[in-house]
Amino acid sequence: MKTAKLIGCLLAVVLVSSAALAAETDKTAAIGPVIKIYKGDKCVRPTEFMRRNHMQLILHQRDETMHEGIRTEKYQLTNCVDCHANPETNSVLGKDGFCESCHEYAAVSIDCFSCHSSSPEKTGDTRKASVSGPKHLIDMMQTSTVPVSGASEGPR
Amino acid sequence: MSLSRRQFMGAGVAAAAAVALTPGLRLIELARARSPEEAASSLQRWGLLVDISKCHDCDACVTACKTENGWYGHDRPETDPEWIRKVTLRDKQTGYVETLPVMCQHCEEPPCVDVCPTGASFKRADGIVLVDKHICIGCRYCMMACPYKARSFVHEDTTHQKSYAPRGKGTVESCTLCVHRVDAGRIPACVEACAQDGGKAMVFGDLKDPNSEINKHLAAGPSTTLRPDLNLNTGVRYRGV
Repeated sequence: MKTAKLIGCLLAVVLVSSAALAAETDKTAAIGPVIKIYKGDKCVRPTEFMRRNHMQLILHQRDETMHEGIRTEKYQLTNCVDCHANPETNSVLGKDGFCESCHEYAAVSIDCFSCHSSSPEKTGDTRKASVSGPKHLIDMMQTSTVPVSGASEGPR
Repeated sequence: MSLSRRQFMGAGVAAAAAVALTPGLRLIELARARSPEEAASSLQRWGLLVDISKCHDCDACVTACKTENGWYGHDRPETDPEWIRKVTLRDKQTGYVETLPVMCQHCEEPPCVDVCPTGASFKRADGIVLVDKHICIGCRYCMMACPYKARSFVHEDTTHQKSYAPRGKGTVESCTLCVHRVDAGRIPACVEACAQDGGKAMVFGDLKDPNSEINKHLAAGPSTTLRPDLNLNTGVRYRGV
């Protein structure tokens, strides 16, 4: 009789704790980071790689750009913001923001946006110009009186 | 030759555009433009010449700098940032008044770099003196060391930063010679504004290129650095001070 009582007690404990565990796992599944992709088909590197290593890429790019003036577009922070900003808030920050929601979930503070802009830039983007060619050359082509279409037909 | 049709066309257009524009200077600039992958090189040194006799009582350069780099004040002159400012000089004997823009002078031997305890204040290979705000701890030694009062400390939270000119509370900042523009083969915003709306008093260019416009101007007449006694060999030079 005593043993039966003990077994009953143990069973109850196991049941209760497993129920609690199940509730716990449900909870964690519900409070995960909000990852919504708003623009572009794929990232500059595979998602798995980016999850673990995006900070290395940004750090590397940061030092190259700052100290050597290398301004390649692929790993620019501006690029991250351009694709991942929430169109509603126009930002990667905020509760549902791509950067902040995940950083908050992982309890890692994010310092980038105390100086850098967290919104995509709509006007005055010199970055695009530096990538597609020297700005003055583009300006020249657009403003000069050179018959550009004629010149491009020339070397045919 | 493995030029694609597109590349071939592009080269044709560029050549035609360059030939059609009369000043030979354009051709030189074309040859010099850096690709985004290429690092800044010590084969160049960027500099400015400001001709005070052409500098009117306007602030086109200051306004252009604010717009370009997204810095602004809060009506608190003691602590507001100031990347470039107009200084008024008055001859006490004659009453003659002249104004000149003063910004980071991009010294060859920058005192701000000497005193920086973290290496945040540095000079790029092409002579542009910058603050790496990732490393800056906001100690403001550089501000005390600078004889030109060219640097500012960001006292307040910043908003609406430009993507190419990040700025944040607790770091020091100053004129970058519009490094993002220079890297893209363009001229600084102040020089552009002075040529458009001001007195065409500023010339920007490569001090190491004997054929550059700035070197031709420098060779053609007298010029000086501010505080020449300090022997800092600044990249910004003035005529008529």
